[in-house]
Amino acid sequence: MSPLRRILLKSAGATGALGGLLAAGLLKPTQVLAAEWQRQAFTATSISESLKAYGADNSTESRDIVISAAEISENGAQVPVEITSNIPGNQTIAVFIEKNPAPLAASLSFTNGALPQVRLQLKMAESSRIRVTVKTAEGKTYHANREVKVTLGGCG
Amino acid sequence: MADPIKLRATLQGDTTEIRMLMQHPMETGLRKDPADGKTIPSHFIQNFSLSANGKLLIEGQLNTSISRNPLFTFRAKGLTAGDKVVVSWIDSRGERRSDESNVVTG
Repeated sequence: MSPLRRILLKSAGATGALGGLLAAGLLKPTQVLAAEWQRQAFTATSISESLKAYGADNSTESRDIVISAAEISENGAQVPVEITSNIPGNQTIAVFIEKNPAPLAASLSFTNGALPQVRLQLKMAESSRIRVTVKTAEGKTYHANREVKVTLGGCG
Repeated sequence: MADPIKLRATLQGDTTEIRMLMQHPMETGLRKDPADGKTIPSHFIQNFSLSANGKLLIEGQLNTSISRNPLFTFRAKGLTAGDKVVVSWIDSRGERRSDESNVVTG
């Protein structure tokens, strides 16, 4: 093994897997970590605390947010929900499950031509209201609610 | 290394449907191991990003209440067949995964 190769291997090991990925161009930190995980909002244990920490406690109810889900879901470990926002412009959609141990499930930001809509699967501990909030680029917040019943909880 | 992300981007008319399945246990930290009764520590994807041709489309922050092996469907305008789509995630233990695919005509 040539000394140069040895040095290169050593330095690759020292910077760790992350350095390796960065060097390989697999991960661009500005893309992956552009926004830090909002710990306070995600770990809050009540819907009011969570909305407050997230900054969506004074939102206006909007009919432009459409939440589609089955009224009754058999398996709380996988509740399919489809959300469509008809509010124009770049925005961030957040999903709160009011009665879950930690209500905030996801926060999704849409930009550069991504349509503000998503289909995803949620875990629900029990029947609950799902609250979806939209934060616009101008800083306005809106919300809509939908009740979903589950026959078998999926958080335990 | 974590399991690969399954990624499919299909162009339909002027809209591209992007389906991404990030293989991950998404442990809540509330579940008990049936074998020894001990609580399984939480382990879940915290951040992900979806970009096309180097431009960010969607950035997400997730919690334990997203189902195991999270599957998301998104839609975007302005993409054409052959465009490169990249998904990256990082979880609560700092583990990462990034995969890419190309837009295909549906």
